[in-house]
Amino acid sequence: MSMENKCCCGGENKEKIKIDEILAKYVDTKGFLIPVLQEVQHLYNYLPKEALEYVAVETKTPISSIYGVVTFYSQFHLNPRGRNIIRVCQGTACHVRGGKQILEEVEKELGVKAGHTTEDLRFTVETVACIGACGLAPVMQINEDTHGRLTPEKIALILEKYE
Amino acid sequence: MQHIRAHVLVCGGTGCMSAGSGKVIENFKTEIEKKGLSDEVMVVETGCHGFCEHGPLVIVYPEGTFYCRVTPEDVKDIVETHLYKGRIVERLLYHEPLSLEAVPSYKDIGFYKKQERRVLANCGRINPEAIEEYIALGGYEGLAKALTTMTTDEVVEEVKKSGLRGRGGAGFPTGLKWSFAKAAVNEKKYLICNADEGDPGAFMDRSVLEGDPHKVLEGMAIAAYAIGSDEGYIYVRAEYPLAIKRLRVAIAQAEKLGFLGENIFGTGFNFNLHIKEGAGAFVCGEETALMASIEGRRGMPRPRPPFPAVAGLWGKPTNINNVETFANVPLILQKGADWYCTCGTEKSRGTKVFALTGKINNTGLAEVPMGITMREIIYDIGGGVINGKKFKAVQIGGPSGGCLPESMLDLPVDYDSLISAGAMMGSGGLVVMDEDTCMVDVAKFFLNFTQSESCGKCTPCREGTKRMLEILTRITEGNGHDGDIELLEDMAVNIKDSALCGLGQTAPNPVLSTLKHFRHEYEAHIYEKRCPAHACEKLASYTITDACKGCGICAKVCPVKAIAGDPKRKHVIDPIVCIKCGACMAACPFKAIVKG
Repeated sequence: MSMENKCCCGGENKEKIKIDEILAKYVDTKGFLIPVLQEVQHLYNYLPKEALEYVAVETKTPISSIYGVVTFYSQFHLNPRGRNIIRVCQGTACHVRGGKQILEEVEKELGVKAGHTTEDLRFTVETVACIGACGLAPVMQINEDTHGRLTPEKIALILEKYE
Repeated sequence: MQHIRAHVLVCGGTGCMSAGSGKVIENFKTEIEKKGLSDEVMVVETGCHGFCEHGPLVIVYPEGTFYCRVTPEDVKDIVETHLYKGRIVERLLYHEPLSLEAVPSYKDIGFYKKQERRVLANCGRINPEAIEEYIALGGYEGLAKALTTMTTDEVVEEVKKSGLRGRGGAGFPTGLKWSFAKAAVNEKKYLICNADEGDPGAFMDRSVLEGDPHKVLEGMAIAAYAIGSDEGYIYVRAEYPLAIKRLRVAIAQAEKLGFLGENIFGTGFNFNLHIKEGAGAFVCGEETALMASIEGRRGMPRPRPPFPAVAGLWGKPTNINNVETFANVPLILQKGADWYCTCGTEKSRGTKVFALTGKINNTGLAEVPMGITMREIIYDIGGGVINGKKFKAVQIGGPSGGCLPESMLDLPVDYDSLISAGAMMGSGGLVVMDEDTCMVDVAKFFLNFTQSESCGKCTPCREGTKRMLEILTRITEGNGHDGDIELLEDMAVNIKDSALCGLGQTAPNPVLSTLKHFRHEYEAHIYEKRCPAHACEKLASYTITDACKGCGICAKVCPVKAIAGDPKRKHVIDPIVCIKCGACMAACPFKAIVKG
């Protein structure tokens, strides 16, 4: 991906236009960096290097500051992510009700460790320190869906539903 | 006017939504339509009722019949039997865990009986996306009274008199905090609501934001008037999408009716509110880190002074309070400080919302008067420990708090008693632990959390928590040695004294409190190489009992070939080769393998 005005085929670079739209929305907003990055990430599902460099130039923000922010917050990602994001809760309530076994089962089932993405980009496995659904502990979230009262046996069936 | 004879309230909080209440609402609408009851029965999606364990929850008014764990398939039965024929659907009622008796009415359930629902009064009773319902229950009266009949000094005095203390954890008197920000001289002041509820096991702020967002907005507007601010921010975790959505709806509605924005109530007072979504960093719950995050920087704390009341957001005087604190304010103004003081103890007035989780029967949110004992919360409201297990400890205050043993259950729950017991109120998360929970593992769990959430700015927190975690890991793996306990204590005291912010200063608390009350468990791990709760994998040992039929499945699944035996004869595990993975135990069809 590049941030040239023209695409290699000679047409307009659509992604650049979209980033410009995001930047225009926040032009006069104090503390714009985090919301801008959130929206850019929403566009790509992660933060490509070229997009960050473009934001740096356009907003006259040192790229070092941008990387500082991106690497500080757990919400930002510098690598492409899976089509389905699994967040296995490792909060206190889930921990005492067996959240660790759930994570181990997910890792075993998909063959990747937490923090990683399967090779076919189908799943990214993450941990989260409480999604506030403690009544259903242990829980995991896949995309927007929360699955509660889990046991290791239920995992394979749940994962099957996501393409 | 249309006459509605029955209201069906379906909980739309995150807990119930995860359990499938979305489909339940949908089915209610179609089934009611089918029966031709649409003109007389109204379906309302409410905020959280707090009794998340039994979600999805449905309450049918006017009787107040309480149905729990309602599946989409159950809806037809409720419509048919209850709404159409007027009979209660017995099988969906709540059953008390001890007496097994069915309880038809909401208010008779043990979980609700001892509660004093003030902050949560509207949660589960109103549609959080309809400002009219909030107003109908006295909403925005407090703001109107403050703006039209009181001076800013009087508002601060009233809050001081109420004795309200910060519900975010530290318990600083709210009125006093406001008076500092009020005294600061500047043409611009900011007001911030800290909704970055990061403590694992605490979800009361989310429930208030999802179930009664206007209460928080009203509290903020009153605070803004009192300190002389015209602009505010609500800093919400991005992990709470429903709360963010409901806040956006609420702000738009309040602006439209003139409760927020310019010239509120025609008094010339202006207050504009923005929502800032957090980006996932626990430390941003610390006020100076939170402000750095709003400014678009890394959320790292800075030394105080200067305090936010002097130089806060963008260098301007700023007042920060937590969600639950703001939610208490409208009541104080509406009903007066004297009324507010009728509940609670001398130094901790009012109520506190606790999130009951862990090995407890009634998981959920409970709002209780300050000063109630821990035993009442856990047994009377929480219904005791699940599966009839023995209570071991309750963890209060999240990663900054501590664990209290059985002997301290009669302690009154207020800010000062908890501090003197080595714990703290924190945000109000209560995690109950039973005999199967290892206290060294719990301490390790919290240290693991604070260590990975440490921002890295100051050395005691960055390095100290890491070293403490290494020692705890070593102990739980059977490699602890003499002197480890003393070293942990020494480091804990030093980190508490020297860390920059609240995160580091309180990070050793879980270790100190478990050492204080459960030192014998540490000693068993170190000197006897055993885990009394049988929770630490590396210290477990697996044995095959006489129930073994010699099917050989365990030998097949064992990844290190540690199991041997002749077919149809009892097998044996070689403890030296065994890596304690537990695969054999999970695979055994005869439950013949035990962990000890």
